[in-house]
Amino acid sequence: MNRFIDRRLNGSGKSTVNRQRFLRRYKTQVRAEVKRMVGERKIEDMDRGGEVHLPKKDIAEPNFGFGHGGEREFVLPGNREYIAGDRIQRPGGAGGGSGSGAEGGAADSQDDFVFSLSREEFLDIFFDDLELPRLTRTQVGTTDQFKSVRAGYTTQGSPSNLSVKRTLGNALARRIALRGALKQQVATLEAVLAMAAIDGHDRESAQAAEELEQLRSRGSALPFLEELDVRYRNRVLRPQPVARAAMFCLMDVSASMDENKKDLAKRFFTLLYLFLSRKYRHVELIFIRHTDDAEEVDENTFFHDTKSGGTVVCSALELMEKIRAERYADNWNVYAAQASDGDAFGSDPAKSARFLRETLLPATRYYAYLELAEAESMRSSNLWVEYEFLAKDLDNFAMKRAANRENIYPVFRELFSRETQ
Amino acid sequence: MKRAPLSEGADWDFELLERYDSAIAEAAAGFGLDTFPNQIEVITSEQMLDAYASSGLPLGYPHWSYGKEFIRNERAYRSGQQGLAYEIVINSNPCIAYLMEENTMAMQALVIAHASYGHNSFFKGNHLFRQWTAPDAIVDYLVFARHYVMECEERHGADAVEAVLDSCHALMSHGVDRYRHAAPLSLKAETARLAEREAHRERQFNDMWRTLPASERPREAQAETQFPPEPQENLLYFIEKLAPALEPWQRELVRIVRKLAQYFYPQGQTKVMNEGWATFWHYTLLNRLHEQGLVTDGFMMEVLKNHTNVVYQPAFDSGHYSGINPYALGFSMFTDLRRICERPDAEDRQWFPQIAGSDWKTTLDFAMRNFKDESFISQYLSPRLIREFRLFAIADHETETDLGVDCIHDDAGYRKVRKLLARQHSLEERVPDIQIQRYAREGDRSLTLHYRRLRGRPLSGAAVEVVKHVRRLWGFPVRLESMGPPEKRARPELMPRL
Repeated sequence: MNRFIDRRLNGSGKSTVNRQRFLRRYKTQVRAEVKRMVGERKIEDMDRGGEVHLPKKDIAEPNFGFGHGGEREFVLPGNREYIAGDRIQRPGGAGGGSGSGAEGGAADSQDDFVFSLSREEFLDIFFDDLELPRLTRTQVGTTDQFKSVRAGYTTQGSPSNLSVKRTLGNALARRIALRGALKQQVATLEAVLAMAAIDGHDRESAQAAEELEQLRSRGSALPFLEELDVRYRNRVLRPQPVARAAMFCLMDVSASMDENKKDLAKRFFTLLYLFLSRKYRHVELIFIRHTDDAEEVDENTFFHDTKSGGTVVCSALELMEKIRAERYADNWNVYAAQASDGDAFGSDPAKSARFLRETLLPATRYYAYLELAEAESMRSSNLWVEYEFLAKDLDNFAMKRAANRENIYPVFRELFSRETQ
Repeated sequence: MKRAPLSEGADWDFELLERYDSAIAEAAAGFGLDTFPNQIEVITSEQMLDAYASSGLPLGYPHWSYGKEFIRNERAYRSGQQGLAYEIVINSNPCIAYLMEENTMAMQALVIAHASYGHNSFFKGNHLFRQWTAPDAIVDYLVFARHYVMECEERHGADAVEAVLDSCHALMSHGVDRYRHAAPLSLKAETARLAEREAHRERQFNDMWRTLPASERPREAQAETQFPPEPQENLLYFIEKLAPALEPWQRELVRIVRKLAQYFYPQGQTKVMNEGWATFWHYTLLNRLHEQGLVTDGFMMEVLKNHTNVVYQPAFDSGHYSGINPYALGFSMFTDLRRICERPDAEDRQWFPQIAGSDWKTTLDFAMRNFKDESFISQYLSPRLIREFRLFAIADHETETDLGVDCIHDDAGYRKVRKLLARQHSLEERVPDIQIQRYAREGDRSLTLHYRRLRGRPLSGAAVEVVKHVRRLWGFPVRLESMGPPEKRARPELMPRL
């Protein structure tokens, strides 16, 4: 009569949907919290979950209940000293002290409702309504990677694709259908023949017998397999979005780039990396630093090594093009982010802009330029002036200026906000 | 008769569970416990957290408040502030009980005895559950509710559904029928009743009444001002049937929440009895197993340790105090009741002349079937228990500057303490009496709610929010008036009209 059931394998997560409902309902508050966390966090810590505090009163579910006041008595256990008629001073303040604590409906506690966001949830909200630039074009159009997928059956194809089951099934169906029809005709003719034999119509009976003979031979000659039974498995090629991206980080490490500016740049690059790694299965990072000349370095050197010298932006761009052509020429989505203080001299800015326009940008999905200004009111740098023309003409080039930490995230959001807006 | 222990050690497997279950079933049958068939499900702690969130129901419709509950429990559990309950049991037929896989064999046996025999027999026997819940149909109804809500979300959008559910949840405590309504008469009975009435009128006919002058006020209008003719306590029912602006699917949602509220209605009123009964039986059944030698001493030590934790009642001034522990009070009362039957002393004979010395099984069975917390306490709480718990009552009157000690555990106070403790467990003390007084059908369609103040106690501030929810469901103005006690007929103080 009693049954035991092992439900352990059913898996948990029945409440996931409810949890998401909860997050959805308090989206604005959660977003504000995430924004606050982003401001406080180190960039290395960005890629994990976090704790969200919501004021309790915001998420309360109201009910009719009793408030303070009026008359009531309540029973408590554990009396030691009191006898009937004793007077006890009211505990100071609401809800505190002995006695009324139990069901006093005490003053609304101002505690926060705290809960943790998982890494996924955090990043989802973090990158909420950010869209990868030019993602649509990546998915259709220019890609030339295909995947062959099943697409039903055809009547033509190579023998290796022959579907035996389908073919024999069709053959069987055809044979049953034809044989049934023949059987009916045979039965009619036999009846005619019998009638003719009784009535003595020799001529008719001879004709019927002949037809009968014909039908019978047709019946026995039904082919086991015919050309029209044959089916082949069909496959079609479907274009496949390229799921890997190469991200070039270009940074000016000349003397004018101090630690603070490098820190800003690092934040920007990290954000871009996190963002790309959510959209693409595989993201490769290439770090190019430049002074007078450019070199490819590893991440640590990139951010922490100091090197002094002048500034020639074009050298970095040329190196990037060289690396791109060598390693990331086909089936890569190329993104680039350049951080610089914009101090370039002579013909370099103009040369760089031309190189970008003619060579680099056509092969790049998106190019973001971040100018690290001393203060917000700085005059435009030489590079900025030249780049502005690019930004006007080309839609896969974007540029912004940032002066301090708080700027980075808004700037990033602006650069990568949905194109539809 | 001593038998060999069923097992030794903490490990369990399904075969062992079944052997323990049949041993417990045998002991329970020996005591005459009447139960639904059991369905015992083994789950992980994660699944237990899931089950928590939906008030223990095996499945519920999606709603953010369950998510909130889940997040709160999960956090408390992960940070170690809160352990998980050992069991959850669902009032259904078969009676579904959950066991957690982390528990030891002793704990599993404790839970089986507690949930699958204690709670189970309570669900089957107690009059409130018999009257208000349909254990055969609840799981099917939950499936229906879940599908219906999800279908509505697809059709009308999650936000619209959430809005209705939010409003219904706010009224859940006022969405139950507290008293059983008379079943509607069949056509035949109705016709017979009308015919009888007609005959009565004919017998009473006196032509003289015709000569009386007509009343000044037109009767029709007078009748119209009072709708509903009697105040209605079931707000959700009234809204479901009469709200002017609800779509049919919204009415069905109201109905679903109302049905769930009604399903939970007996639980809230039998907390002490239900937990006390289940605790009493796991204690009694496992002790029987121990007497028979079916379980080891180590097993029993573990059971007793947990049992003691469950029935611990901290004093009011200790830091752990959080109200009267229903397990402690209920368990003590049933145990005490058994003692009164088996070994009554002079005091018991004086206080409980009918049951002192009677057959304890019959007496306990009667108590379990026919009471709820309020009446159970006022009927059976003995002076001895009042002394043991050292119960005393504090009077909190707004007009007085100090709190007063009203009565304590002495001869003069027993009855008063018992009365007050019973009242503390009554529904009126927990749920304010709010009823629908007027529905201006012919006017602005506004709805007037009356709160009949209980001893001058006002409503909490959340009432304003709740009225907003009523307004949303009703679609027309809603007013909440707070009335003094009926005998005084104080002037109504008006809540803001929404």
